This record gives sequence, structure tokens and C-alpha cells, in this order.
Amino acid sequence: MMSDTPITSRIVSGGLAAFANPARFMALSKIVVPVFAVPATVLIAYGLWLSFNAPEDYQQGETVRIMFIHVPFAWLAMMTYAVMTVAALGTIVWRHPLADVAAKAALPIGAAFTVLCLITGSLWGRPTWGTYWVWDARLTSVLVLLFIYLGLMATHRAIDDKGLAARAAAIVTLVGSINLPIIKYSVEWWNTLHQPASISSLERLAKPALPPEYLWPLFTLALGFTCLFFVLHLTAMRTEIWSRKADGLSRRMARQAG
Amino acid sequence: MMAALYVRDVRLGFRAGGGAVIAVLFFMSVIIMMPFAVGPDLRLLAQLAPAFLWVGALLASLLGLERLFQADREDGSLDQLRLSADLPELALMVFVKCLAHWTVTGLPLVLAVPFFGLFLNMEPMAVLAAMATLAVGTPAIAFIGAVGAAAGVTLARGGLLVAVIVLPVIVPVLIFGVAAANGAVNPSQLFFVPFSLLSAVCLFFAVIGPFAAALFLKGLDE
Repeated sequence: MMSDTPITSRIVSGGLAAFANPARFMALSKIVVPVFAVPATVLIAYGLWLSFNAPEDYQQGETVRIMFIHVPFAWLAMMTYAVMTVAALGTIVWRHPLADVAAKAALPIGAAFTVLCLITGSLWGRPTWGTYWVWDARLTSVLVLLFIYLGLMATHRAIDDKGLAARAAAIVTLVGSINLPIIKYSVEWWNTLHQPASISSLERLAKPALPPEYLWPLFTLALGFTCLFFVLHLTAMRTEIWSRKADGLSRRMARQAG
Repeated sequence: MMAALYVRDVRLGFRAGGGAVIAVLFFMSVIIMMPFAVGPDLRLLAQLAPAFLWVGALLASLLGLERLFQADREDGSLDQLRLSADLPELALMVFVKCLAHWTVTGLPLVLAVPFFGLFLNMEPMAVLAAMATLAVGTPAIAFIGAVGAAAGVTLARGGLLVAVIVLPVIVPVLIFGVAAANGAVNPSQLFFVPFSLLSAVCLFFAVIGPFAAALFLKGLDE
């Protein structure tokens, strides 16, 4: 039934062919992390500088600046889930050992971005809509996203066997991924207080709904936070691999001692 | 084969554990609590009744979910089912098990609605609408629940985890269910649009849920 050596620890404790993948990943990610870290720092710093120098909105005043971080957070909350969905496919279809690690490492990052998105959104909502929270389709579906993240984290905590937890989480991730299009199109399918997307397609990009002095800080920060996501994600994956390796080592030592 | 599985599960449900009786009793307790919480204003109760019935049915359906595969796992019959079938067959078995589970826990709730309609001062039309929406919606809860039940099958007490995993995905069912139930009584709201969306969600999960659960159960011993 439940085997006591899940896929991942088998990889860690033996089997050269299977070990090749995480090892190559460790070598590669060591280089890639700084490659993303530098643009992340520069872009976020430059983006923040741009956002504070953007002109005030004629209606919203200073509060319009919340948009420059709110939109990237929302985008990353969804992108993280998309990454996890791909990883879940990797777990289920290809049994890729790195996919388990990728999905698990992305979880707290995605949850954090979702919380940040909700907080910045509600702080923005108070002055512009007159309320911190409305039960509108966009807000509700993002809240549901947060609960899916939390449920997945609970799954990892509840199931001891790491391989089993990864598979359970992967199945739930795939089923939960139907929420992504709901979030995306909620502003078009329902009459919502939340505004529809200003930057929806390449066509709109040529004639954007936003003036360039707003578009630039938004893009810079979105790109910067995306780089930040990759830095955090790869680092979390490296940590997870190290900790599994340590687990495998201590288990082997215990076996030898006993 | 599938019919035998269905009959077996339904018999088990109605017998030993008494899943059916307990679910209805729990449903009743939740509904009876509502007037105490909201106050005895009959007009207000009638207005909120569809929401009460739906939340009650949702919680009652969640109650027995963790047992969906667990009893079978304990006595080894889950392994037999798993090993004797390929993935589509196993998905079909999960589907049949969900149907049996619904017959035992969901159907009694639907049939109990007229009784609670009296307590909550509901009009006959509202009672019918609530029954129709619940009849379509509670199977959807069972199909989504199968995924959670499968994911938590190795846990001794997975009930809370199953609820936490399953509830976010059930939100659309609840939204469309309550909207349709309200729509039947309020002239300003629609009935058939949310009702057909609810049916669509149910059919969608009737395919996705058992398949996802089977996918997990199939790889359980690796």
C-alpha cells in the first residue's frame, strides 16, 4: 500500500539516473537565481521611483499609485497558480520529481501574493469605492483562490508521506485551476464593481486605456515582481531539495546505526 | 457489476453507520438553529430560507464525505476495485460510489425539504424550487467531494481536511443554487439561467470529479 520510500526520497537516497535531474537543477539554479535577482532589484527600485513620480490622477489623487503594486500582485497570484497547475501536471503525468518540489515551493509565495493583492485592493477600495470589501465576482473569486492556496498548504501539513502529499495536492490543484478563468473573466461575465482589465490584449496595448506615465511604472513593477517570483520560487525549491536530501541522509544514517 | 456496487454501497449506507439518518438529523439541527440565530420573524425567515437550506445541505453533505473511500480502504475492497480496473473503469466506479453516497446522504435531504419549508414559512413554489436546486446541486457536491475524499483517504481523521479542500471549489454550486432557488420566488430574479448553470456545473464535475479521484486512487501504492 503506502510505500515508506516516496518517489522523492528514492531520488535523494539512491538511483543515479533519477538523481541526475535534481542535481542538474541545483547546478543550474545556482546560476539562474542571481540572474533574476539583479533585474528584480533594479526593476522594483526603478518602478517604485517611477510610481512616486507619476502624476496624481484627476479623480483618485494619490491613491492611484496603489494600482502600480496591486495589479502586479494580482497578476502574480494567478501566475503562481498557473505555474503550480503545470507542476501538478508534471507530478501526475510524468511523475517528474522536480514537479512535486516546484508545486510545493510555489504555494506560500502564491498565497502571499494573493493576500497582498487583497490587502492593497481593499486599501484602494476604501477611498475610491467607499468600502474595504464588496462581494463582487472578482473579489470573491480571488478570495476563493486564497482559500484554495490555504487548503493546499493544509494538505501538505496533514499528509506525512511527501510523495503522497504531493500527489494529493496535485489533484486538488488541477481541479482548483478552473478558478483561474473565472477570476480572469469575472469582470466580463458579471456586472462587477471591479473595473474590467485596462490592458487586456496586444491590440489594446497599441491604444492603451492608460496613459504612458501610468503604463510604464506598472509594467516595470510587474516585470520586477515577476523576476522576484522566480528568485523566491527557485530559492524555495533549492531549500526544499536540500531539506529532502537531509531527510534522506538522516534516514540512511538511522538505518545504518540500527 | 456497477449495479452491484451501487446496491452494495446503498445498503451499507442505510445500515451500519446510519449515514443517511445522521445526515438528515444534522441538516435538521442546522435548520432549527437558524430561527434562533435570526429571530422568529416569519417574513425574514421565508426570505432567507433558500440560503439556510442550501448551507445546511452543504454542511450535511460534507459530513459523510471522508467515509466515501475510507471504509473500503480499511476492509481492503478499495484495493480490489483499484487493481481490477483500468483508469476509466475506476472513474466509473467512483462515479457509481458517488451516486450511492448521494442516494444515502443527499436524496433524504432533498426529500426532507418540504418538512422544513413549514418551519421556515416557505411558499409551495419556493419549496419546489429549493427541492429542484438541491436535487441537482447535492450530486455536484458529492462529485467534487470525491476528489477531497480521495486526497484524504490515507488520513485517519481527514474530515476537516476534506472540507477545507472541497469548500472553495463548491462555491459556484452554492452561488447558482441559491440564486436559482431565490429566482423562483422573486419576480425580479431569474430562475432558469442560474438553474441551467447549476446543472452545467453538476455535469462538469460529474466527469471531472470521479476522474480526478480515480487518478489519485490509481497511483496510491507507488
